[in-house]
This record gives sequence, structure tokens and C-alpha cells, in this order.
Amino acid sequence: MEYQIKNISPNNLEQCIKCTICTVYCPVLAVNPDYPGPKQAGPDGERYRLKNPEFYDAALKYCLNCKRCEVACPSNVKIGDIIQTARIRYDKRQVSLRDRMLASTDFMGKMATSMSFIVNTALRMPLTKSVMDFTLGIDHHRNFPTYSSETFESWMRREAPDQSSFPRRLSYFHGCFVNYNNPALGRDFVKLMNAIGYGVSLLEKERCCGVAKIANKMVDEARRDARLNIGSIRKAVSRGQQVIATSSTCVFTIRDEYPHLLDVDNADVRDSILLATAFLNRLVDEGRVKLVFRKDYRRRITYHTPCHMQKLGWAIHSVSLLRSIPGLTLVPLESSCCGIAGTYGFKKENYAYSQAIGRELFDRIIEAGVDLVATDCETCKMQIEMSTGVKVENPVTILAEALDVEATMKANGVK
Amino acid sequence: MKYDTIIIGGGLSGLMAGVKLARSGSKVAIISSGQSALHFHSGSFGLLGHADGKELLHPLEAIGTLPAGHPYSKIGAESIPALADDAKQIFADAGLTFIGDSSKNHFRLTPLGLCEPSWLTMDDYATCENPSETGWRKATIINFKGFLDFLPGFLADGLKKHNLPCDYAEITLPAIERLRRNSSEMRAAAIAKVLKGPVLEMLASEINRAAGNSDVVFMPAVVGIDSEQPVRELRSMVIPKLLCVPVLPMSVCGMRSQIRLRRYFEQLGGTYFLGDNVTRGYMEGPALKEIETANLSGMSLQADNFILATGSFFSQGLVAEPDRIYEPVLGADVEAPSDRSLWCGKSIFDNQPYMQFGVTTDRDFHVMFNGVPAGNVYAVGAILGGSNPIREGSGGGVAILSALQVARNIIAAGRADNSEAQA
Repeated sequence: MEYQIKNISPNNLEQCIKCTICTVYCPVLAVNPDYPGPKQAGPDGERYRLKNPEFYDAALKYCLNCKRCEVACPSNVKIGDIIQTARIRYDKRQVSLRDRMLASTDFMGKMATSMSFIVNTALRMPLTKSVMDFTLGIDHHRNFPTYSSETFESWMRREAPDQSSFPRRLSYFHGCFVNYNNPALGRDFVKLMNAIGYGVSLLEKERCCGVAKIANKMVDEARRDARLNIGSIRKAVSRGQQVIATSSTCVFTIRDEYPHLLDVDNADVRDSILLATAFLNRLVDEGRVKLVFRKDYRRRITYHTPCHMQKLGWAIHSVSLLRSIPGLTLVPLESSCCGIAGTYGFKKENYAYSQAIGRELFDRIIEAGVDLVATDCETCKMQIEMSTGVKVENPVTILAEALDVEATMKANGVK
Repeated sequence: MKYDTIIIGGGLSGLMAGVKLARSGSKVAIISSGQSALHFHSGSFGLLGHADGKELLHPLEAIGTLPAGHPYSKIGAESIPALADDAKQIFADAGLTFIGDSSKNHFRLTPLGLCEPSWLTMDDYATCENPSETGWRKATIINFKGFLDFLPGFLADGLKKHNLPCDYAEITLPAIERLRRNSSEMRAAAIAKVLKGPVLEMLASEINRAAGNSDVVFMPAVVGIDSEQPVRELRSMVIPKLLCVPVLPMSVCGMRSQIRLRRYFEQLGGTYFLGDNVTRGYMEGPALKEIETANLSGMSLQADNFILATGSFFSQGLVAEPDRIYEPVLGADVEAPSDRSLWCGKSIFDNQPYMQFGVTTDRDFHVMFNGVPAGNVYAVGAILGGSNPIREGSGGGVAILSALQVARNIIAAGRADNSEAQA
């Protein structure tokens, strides 16, 4: 059996049988013929690159890292990881100022929240947009998310004393978007967890999960943040707390991209890092938690499966919880990429592709005639809201809004 | 999470069983490790095309003479016509139009211009009732400029043997020229994605111009990735009869079948987990109690019944190592000799014994573990042993009919349980 052992390669490269199923499900290839496609960019190209790094093709930058190729692959080849690893290893171009700005969500967030009124006003002005388009290459069609005047962390620090009184505890990985742009989601999460008897604490230290830095090849910075995050997560887990996030991409990055792309080992804590809906649905499914909803709640909603959620295989959790709300009509929506892929869609050179990728999804959402779209990803939210005009919320916000807090506390024996 | 039935494998047989069960009101989940072998579909399903090396016109007659271990023998020849009709109805309800009938094979046109006996063929494709009497007088074969997965020369050579004179024309459109920028990715599915709306009108007029006085046009099967609608539209605009011929994978019609069946399954309330792998199964006595998957680790998936529809070697439902062949998901018994020299025929065109390997099942397709049938685990489709899909032309039939048979038995047993409980 010795020769079999020798054949085992990173990311299951040798398992590729060249069936081309991945190419069919690649959202980029369908709109951009300059992208070589997942098979060519991934396992096929890798064989050349292993011989000589000169074979690296700069067109790999068009990959969204959506991992839909991996979900489609019947042979379990980690096509997306092969492509991302190649970009990290072989792409020697300097990171531009624009990419650095887009990827440094923590730094930009801190700056912006400290003077949120000015920043928000400026970012909405057509002149600012044109200047950013012209000088930086950030597409002028894009709306930047508004920055909050107070970070979620500072709100949490004020509220924290209350949290210690709950019988059970968990740690919350809030992510940049909740901290700087959408603290309301964080507050909804706390409300929901408190109602079922969980007190919420912040991690000792939290940095951006790193997804944007990975995508923009700021790998050393991403690795530094990843080590810091895993260190904090380890401390929380050693206190017996699970670490829960409300962003599917944060969870996916911490669970899977850290070991696969950044060589940051998380094996000891990986199972303790969960998405809020996955955490909650398990408790509900096992009968350990009961959610009671308001009788007057009425909404027609559809759920959009973000690509990383599709890869996690966890859409079932969000969908099951939404379905359990009696007044909620859930309209089925076929899963497809919205096209933004984090910072990708903000870049001028990608804007048209980004919108072309999402076109089908936008049409289906508009056709569904819903009050609201539910999704677990913040950049999908930005993209869908901008491109369809339909409001998008995280399932946690929807659950918190529909929840009968008192009745839920009573049903779970929370005082 | 608790289901009535969990199906492991989301290809043709898994979906057929899932749809049948979901139609009866069952709560069903399908776990699929990736996209399925349906993506390699020829557009036709065979019931039984050959027996003893001879071409068959009436498959049902020959089914009665198959050996006891053959999946059709386990189903029972008498049950097959009804199951076959059921299959056609399910396809129709899912939005897939097939022609053909189990009582008599028709013939599908292969990319080499041969006529192969078939049971069901998608409405788009070229078929005939009788290869020596096709009714076609003059054909034009068209292809898209730069499309390498369809070889008109082979098709024309084959058709010559049927005394059909063929012209050949190459067509291009602006949308096709754009695809040619990436020649290695210019494949069937990529073309199908651009052939819609106004592009179809342009294509129709190009085809009409190329067809001249031909009464039939053969084109590569590259239209209609998620519905039959574009094929219908195109046909309504093309003057001669327009027929599709299979091309190299990905098969557009196969994807259409996969997408339509899955959508129908989900409309019926079924849950489809894509890109997940079953990591463990927990047996309790002779029954499977629950399973765990990679994505849903730490969470048990329970069901009254489980169906193993993981396919054969290609889909990794069976795995061959130098010294053994095994079933990797549940560790079920496999019917295959341990002597490796008995696995393969010497020439590629010989009978290949490995084609007939599969998990061991009893007459009701209960899967055996250490020689004992599990009461609630069934196997359906290509993972079943006892048939040779290539030599018999029976792969589609075995996948579809075994799935429907098992689903039918599960439904019947559920009804019996219910009436017992009521009594």
C-alpha cells in the first residue's frame, strides 16, 4: 500500500478526475471568459505551478473564493483552497493602497466610528464616490455601509455587568460589521441569547476574522489576527464557553480558512465555534430550548444562502428557525452567488462582473415579492439591498423581533 | 434532526426515491457529497438494451430470464411495467418530458451515428422506432465554431450507414464568439448558459439558413440547462425538424434532470444537503439508528429508514484498493471476490466483472452487515451488484426502478404500521 500513501496530496489534488463539474457551478466563469475556471485555475494549474511557479496565472485574482466549486465536486477536491493557496504563494504583486484600505476593516472601522457623522455624510456624496472611483478604483456605484457612532464593543462594556447573572455563558465573536456598522444585530443577538438563559461576553481580544485580508493577499497581517483570535477563543473555550458569531463568513474563516490557508491550527476549538443559528437550532432540535414567538408578527421572507453558508452546509439551521416562527411565510429561493464576495465587488475592475453574477438572484428576489430577505452574511446584505431595493436582515434580528421575550424566558425557566 | 427516511446520495436513484417518498407525505432528507453522475447523462435511460450480446426490442420478455441476483429479478418482472410508468409520471411532474415505454425499446442516436436501444429518452434528442426506417431523408449537422466536444464527422460517418446524406454547417453568434475567448472552457454547459432569450432567435435564423432543403437538423445538445423551455422555443422557430445529439460532459440534459428533480423534491418538502459527507453510522442491533455528517458534526440525524444511493466506483459508493473492495460510508458487505485477478477482463472490450460488484442485499434490497440484513437500511441504484450497466444497457433502469421499488415498500410498510396502530 506504500504507493497509495505517497499519492496523498494537499487539498486532495490527486483526487481530481477532470470531470469538470466544478466549472459548471463557478459563478465567475459564467460571466467572465478571462477567468480560467476552477478546474484550470485549481488542480490543473497546480500541476504546472508545482513544476515551475512561473506558470502562475494572474487571472486567478478573479476567483471569488465562494467555494461553490468545492461544494459541487464529487471527489472532495479542495479546489477553492488550491486556488487561494496559489494566490498567496505565487502572486508577488504589491498590495495596492485601495486593497489595503478595503481589507483593513478594523483600522478603517475605528477611524470611521470616531467621526461617523462626517464619514457617513462624505461617503454618501457623489463627489466623494467619484473621487474614490477615480483615485482608488473603488466603484462609484457602491454604497458604503454607514458607520455607527458607537461601536458594539463599547455598548457591550456598558451592558456587561448584567450578563454575569445568567446561568449559562457564551462568548460572542461579533465581527467588524456588527462592531462598526450594525451594532443593532449584536444587541439582537444578546437579547435572543438572554431570553433563553445565556449571558453573552466579548472575547478577551477580537480582531477582524481576516477574510478580507486573505482575499487581498495581506496574509501576514491575517495570520497575526488569526493567532490572536484563536488565542482568545481558546481562553473562552477553556472557561467552558462556546464561541458564537452572527456572520457566516467570520465562522467559516475561523473554522476552515485558518487551518487551510493560514496554517493556524484550531483543531482543539473548531467544534466550539458556531454560527448563532446553528447553535440555537441545535438547542431547539434537542428540545433543550424553546422559543415562543409573538402572535402579532407577520412577515413574508425569503432566505438567501451565502456561499460560505452553502459551504458550511448550515442553511438548514437558519431556515428551520425561520420556519418555526408562526407568522412568517418563508418563500423558497434557489441558492446562487450574489456576486459581491466581500471586497471583490467594491473594486472598479470587478463591479460589472459582480452585478452580472448576482443578476439571477436579484431577479428571483424581486419576483418573490417579499417584505424582507434573511441572510447570515453582511456583504450579501449590502449587495442585495443595493441591487434589489429589498431590505435584508440577519436571521438573528428577525428572530429577536418576532420573539415573545417574556414567554420565552418563562418557557426556559429564565428569571 | 429526525426524518422518516434519510437518503445517502443525491443522484438519480437518490432523487427518485426521495421524490417518491416525499410525494407520499414522508419527511425525507437527502445527503449528497457533491454533484452527481447525472451530469454525465446521455439523454437516455436504458431498461435492458442487450442480453446475451443480442439487441433487444422487447426488454420485459428478457427480464424474466435474468439471474436471481439481478436487481430486476429482485424487483420481480411483473412489477416492472407499473414502476416504469410511475417513473415517467414523476419525470413529467418534475418538468422533464421523456419519450419511450417499457414494453418496447426505441433507438437513440449516439454521437457516433449508431442507434442504441433505449427505454426513456429526453424529448430534445434524436430517436427512431426503427434504425433501418428512420424516416429522415436529408440531414444537416450543425456545430458551433470552436466547440470541440461534438464531432460531426463521426456522426456523419455513422449516419451514412443508414443511407442518410448529411451536410455540415458551422455556426457562430456574438455570444459564442465571446465564449471562444476561453477555448478550454467552451463546453456544453457554458454554451447553454448563453443560449436564451434573443440569442435563441438569432440561432434559429442561422440554423434555418444553414439547413437548406434538409428535413432534419442535428445539433449538439447544448440548450436548456434548467428547463425545457429554451429547446421548445428554438424548435418552434426552426423550420426543419431539430434534434439534439449527446456531446461530451457536462451533459446539459443531465443537469436539467438533476436540477428539476431536486427542485421538485424540495417543493414536496424534502431537505437536500449538498456537499456534505456521512462520517459515521450508529447501529443498534440489526438497525441503523442515526448518522453523523461532516458539516453537521455533533448533531445526530435520525430516521426510521435509510437508503444508500451512493453510486458505484465513479461516485465513490464503492472503493477499490489494491487488495480489497469496500463500501466506505456504512461499511456494508460487498459482493466481490477477494482475488484481485478476478476483478477485470483482459481486454477492455471483454466483460468486466467489476461492473457487477456491489453491496450485498436481500430480495427486498436490505443491506447486509456481516451477513445479516439491516431491517431499515436499503441500497438502490448503481451501488447494487448483479447487473452490468454497460453491457446490458440497464444503468438508468436499475437506478430508477430499484429506487421506486424500495420507496414503494417503505411507504407500504408505513401504511401497515399505521393501520396496526389504529387497530
